Amino acid sequence: MMTTGSFWFQFASPARFYPLAGRMIPWFGGAAVLLSLVGLYIGFFVAPTDWQQGESYRIIFIHVPAAWMAMFVYLVMAFWAALSLVLNTRLSAMMAQALAPTGAMFAFVSLWTGAFWGRPTWGTYWVWDARLTSTLILLFLYLGFIALRASIDDPRRADRACALLALVGAVNVPIIYFSVQWWNTLHQGASVSLTAAPKMAETMLAGMLVMGLAAWAYTIAAALHRVRSIILEREAHARWTRELVR
Amino acid sequence: MQTDDPTMSVSSALVWACRRDLYLAARSRAELAVVLLFFLLVASLFPLAVSPDPTLLRAIAPGIAWVAALLATLLGLPRLFAADWADGTLEQILLAPAPLPALIAGKVLAHWLVTGLPLLLLAPLAGLQFGLAADAIGILVASLALGTPILSWLGATTAALTLGARGGASLLALLVLPLAVPVLIFGAGAVESFAAGIGAEAHLSLLGAGLILVWVFGPFAAALAVRIAHE
Amino acid sequence: MIEWLSMGGYAYYVWMSYGALAIAIVAELFALAGRRRRALEQLAEHAQEDAFEEQAA
Repeated sequence: MMTTGSFWFQFASPARFYPLAGRMIPWFGGAAVLLSLVGLYIGFFVAPTDWQQGESYRIIFIHVPAAWMAMFVYLVMAFWAALSLVLNTRLSAMMAQALAPTGAMFAFVSLWTGAFWGRPTWGTYWVWDARLTSTLILLFLYLGFIALRASIDDPRRADRACALLALVGAVNVPIIYFSVQWWNTLHQGASVSLTAAPKMAETMLAGMLVMGLAAWAYTIAAALHRVRSIILEREAHARWTRELVR
Repeated sequence: MQTDDPTMSVSSALVWACRRDLYLAARSRAELAVVLLFFLLVASLFPLAVSPDPTLLRAIAPGIAWVAALLATLLGLPRLFAADWADGTLEQILLAPAPLPALIAGKVLAHWLVTGLPLLLLAPLAGLQFGLAADAIGILVASLALGTPILSWLGATTAALTLGARGGASLLALLVLPLAVPVLIFGAGAVESFAAGIGAEAHLSLLGAGLILVWVFGPFAAALAVRIAHE
Repeated sequence: MIEWLSMGGYAYYVWMSYGALAIAIVAELFALAGRRRRALEQLAEHAQEDAFEEQAA
């Protein structure tokens, strides 16, 4: 084992990771706020009005990043889940547990903003386009993970059951996206599709990317904060947690 | 590895588990009949809830048949592990000197023979109820033949994960249904494509590919889930 | 300013969207804080039990 590798392994212990996470949160939180301000500024004041959709298109600056995050967070969750099964580490499972609620939040926001973008653009609040439908199923996958977590009392068993569920889900996610895409093109053609976003001016793309980075920084900060609480909950028997509250 | 290793071979383990479950199923035929009646009942609800207009029914028939098949399969899933879990037999199976994936494959095969296969035989009835043409019914049966085993495997893994978890059948449904969406899309889509003149080959091949995948990975995923349930 | 807020007539849709995101984030931040507070309270209880046990011993 290289010494550089073994340096990082110490942080697989919840006790060691707890303070590290605590120091990281302000940085990611601060980055999230800064990036959001920049992104929103670009979104509202720099990006030009879309000639086709008017001002309503500005919803994409939060709709698309939310959809990206919903998808991305699930994959990261599945990564931690796989790690927890392979290495049998508690902390990896705790990270997966910590990411799920934030991922579900982004999935929900993606659906909500998609609906409010769809209404002025396509006339209805809900369109069965490929991305919205896949995100809906993704939301159910998140809720299933959280529900399974809540229904198993033994934390280690819950870790492993949820890890397997997350992996099965992760393998299915591309299949689901593909099948929904297929279904959508067969039935409706490309006309009703939120993926056919307005032709991107560079500023629009920039705004979306900055907001995407902001969402990513926020997710890390939120997940780190949540995992710290999870560590406190689950390591309650350990000496070092008792010392914390003295 | 010893040469006189008492472990059962994969095929004999599979056959043993399948036979055992079939024998047990034969003793509770009423339970199985309920699953099949449920399928017909659900399919019959749609014309009542929507409209008896023949053109409409013919158009939505594949979807309804598939949703009904999915729900019926879901209904029958708990019995895959529930009885063995309750009396501790599942733990014995876990400890048996036989490859666990093979034993589980035997159980799933038996489960499909008892709930999935009869669905295939009932599907034409539902098809007739909805005025589907004979060749369309044929495609429906083919899609169900490929798809119901996939549902059995998705269901088996998820059912094993929920053993000993609170929430029972509704939790199982919440977990399985999102995973079953691709099967639903390609299954119902096969019949719809056929009816539209495009042909069902693409859909059926995708289902076939899925079937191979679940038979390759399913046994190991389900075995892992059963092990996790017994920690 | 008012003109900007009206978003070219699409005010309802734009602000319902951004508003929902804002509410979701604020709700999550409250939930995070609440979870941490409850975890610390639980730990404080455990620490008290420990102290009693030590006293009794």
